[in-house]
Amino acid sequence: MLGRTANDLFWLSRYLERAENMARLVEVGYRIALLPREGEGYNEEWRSTLQSAGCEAGYLAKYEAPTTADVINYLLFDPDNPSSVRSCISVARRNARAQRTALTREMWESLNSAWIDFQAINPNDVTADQLPALLDWVKERSATYRGALLNTILRNDTFYFSQLGTFLERADNTARILDVKYFVLLPNYQMIGSSVDNLQWASILRSVSAHRSYRWVYRQAYKPWKIADYLILNAEMPRSLKACYLEIEQAVAGLQKFYHQADACIPSAKETLAMLENGNIDMIFQSGLHEFLTDFLARNNRLGHQISTVYHFNG
Amino acid sequence: MANAFDEMNGFGEGVREPYRAMAEWLQTQKIDDLKKKRVEAEALFRRTGITFAVYGDGQAAERLIPFDIVPRIISASEWRRLAAGIEQRVKALNAFMYDIYHRQEILRAGRIPEELVIQNSAFVPEMIGVDPPLGVYSHILGIDIVRTGPNEFYVLEDNTRTPSGVSYMLENRETMMHMFPDLFAKNRVAPIETYPDNLLKTLESVADKSLDRDPNIALLTPGLYNSAYFEHSFLADTMGVELVEGQDLVVVDGALFMKTTQGLKQIDVLYRRIDDDFLDPLVFEPTSLLGVPGLFDVYRAGRVTIVNAPGAGIADDKAIYSYIPEIVRFYTGSPPILNNVPTRNCRNPSDLAYVMEHLSELVVKEVHGSGGYGMLVGPTASAKEIEAFRAKLKAKPQNYIAQPTLALSTCPTLVDGGLAPRHLDLRPFVLVGDKVRLVPGGLTRVALREGSLVVNSSQGGGTKDTWVLQD
Repeated sequence: MLGRTANDLFWLSRYLERAENMARLVEVGYRIALLPREGEGYNEEWRSTLQSAGCEAGYLAKYEAPTTADVINYLLFDPDNPSSVRSCISVARRNARAQRTALTREMWESLNSAWIDFQAINPNDVTADQLPALLDWVKERSATYRGALLNTILRNDTFYFSQLGTFLERADNTARILDVKYFVLLPNYQMIGSSVDNLQWASILRSVSAHRSYRWVYRQAYKPWKIADYLILNAEMPRSLKACYLEIEQAVAGLQKFYHQADACIPSAKETLAMLENGNIDMIFQSGLHEFLTDFLARNNRLGHQISTVYHFNG
Repeated sequence: MANAFDEMNGFGEGVREPYRAMAEWLQTQKIDDLKKKRVEAEALFRRTGITFAVYGDGQAAERLIPFDIVPRIISASEWRRLAAGIEQRVKALNAFMYDIYHRQEILRAGRIPEELVIQNSAFVPEMIGVDPPLGVYSHILGIDIVRTGPNEFYVLEDNTRTPSGVSYMLENRETMMHMFPDLFAKNRVAPIETYPDNLLKTLESVADKSLDRDPNIALLTPGLYNSAYFEHSFLADTMGVELVEGQDLVVVDGALFMKTTQGLKQIDVLYRRIDDDFLDPLVFEPTSLLGVPGLFDVYRAGRVTIVNAPGAGIADDKAIYSYIPEIVRFYTGSPPILNNVPTRNCRNPSDLAYVMEHLSELVVKEVHGSGGYGMLVGPTASAKEIEAFRAKLKAKPQNYIAQPTLALSTCPTLVDGGLAPRHLDLRPFVLVGDKVRLVPGGLTRVALREGSLVVNSSQGGGTKDTWVLQD
């Protein structure tokens, strides 16, 4: 496989995963903006949505303050925002078109029709009542592509690079959401026990579609350390850091087997996975949740760079 | 053009034999249903991504080529003659190229004016003395054929560089079989799906014979913004070979490599879909970013085969075209089976005088043009257009050739008002390697505007499925 092909496939998956995460973040942000709040509460909420999405600097370069309409437009439709849903879908589709030969017909057609349909949407026509359906649609398109990938692609390098893109992006996203809100989860958080807390905790879980499953797993009301445990260390939770690294480890091991050569990325993937497997949430809180997440994001980033170097993404 | 020959109805004497089953079937169809089918077909094309880009058309980055659902049908005996003529022609063209890049016998014999070849911009002097494997220069050709009567077929153009459209030929068939399976039960249509296999065999057959392993093959595309990008990826996919861009390739130690996830991998046969000028910035256009520095040296040393060979464009130069009957006779010793359209080279003063007198009757083409750009169709041009063209002709007569306006055959085509005759041509795709391979059929292009003779997709032409019937 060409290095350029691996690069395009990796980023195709990353951008689709990003589009899906973006839809979820907007969903949560919008939900909170709808609630009756005191003071400038929802402005702050949009600000943290922008931070979780990694879009705050870009947004503030264009607008003075977060407002519901501007933030939604910026995160969903703005072509100037490289992480907007529009940009994500068009980069993903561009990469798919460039690597058409590596994809199955099902994968290509699901993505191509997503792109065709998205082109037909006029942002000015998307009224508040249509927003939830649009966000569901984005998640659905991403799920359709993932489904086509899992069901139709050979378990070869195309599959493994796609998996790496998806799960590095997902781990990055989950870690960033936690990091933006880490103070909400700290025990000494001043408003602990208030209704605001519950809402904040629920919104963290919602941004990773985990508010229902939490109850099934923990059988108790939201507790900040349980939420952190769930999203960081719980292997059952498909968006937790650990679940992502289990997939990542499998993908690098798969590449090693497929290429019959030692994979230089395996040690770093294994090391991060071991950190997640040996860690417990008390230790993480003791040594600092924010520090832990910062370190994790840096590791995740380094692994991305390492993969691109080892597999000659840039020739 | 009122009296054009119609593929289905001849000159009005009734339905011709190859179209009998089709005509009966059409009678049972409602026009509205056919129109619905056409919409279905277009949705299918769009979802599959069978699109092309039109240069100079900023906003319509990706467009569909209109697809007409009434097929063009050729009988088995008609095809036999076409196939024999095509095979004769492509062998002669390759022999001609071998000759002019070696001993130049045909020039010494005075059959073609020497300066027409040597000073031609399509002649690549760097190719002199180079020996491409099996002596083949043009491995993949698209021969444009038009028809004016039951037995009157003419070759309009030989595309010997990087002819495109074969993916449409294959996808049109897929679409027709998908939408009208019953039609294929009623007609014995010769299959064309072996084309990708044939192409792969052709490419493998011209690899360096001294290799001790299976040859590695790659298809070189200018990239996804090229008008024919869909075809490039389609062919790479159906053959199972790597689709590469210039940036993926590098010359190391006198061989060509592609940059893979596991390091460099050698390429033995490069099917390039970029023009000669862009192949190698060290030898040709120095600013080109599409090609590979050093590629031509590797080629000259016989360590990679470039398909089609650099310099193959000399054989489809429009100034050479009128000499092709002579070329066929010179290299095969037989008269041409397929005729040329009578052509006047405006570089000859007497021809130029004739053309100036008869502009309103003639089709005038640029010698180096393609895609239907920069040509004059006299009978449909306004007086103003004719005068503007006359000035261009006068300034550079050597840049133009002229041909009579042929009454191209028509075929019933679905238009807004129902079925109506529209003019068409035919481009069979022929492969030359260890042998000549030709699938029965080709791409039929149809001028969708009433009376129009310009079939190019860049000028609003559409395509049809092309059926060659089996005996």
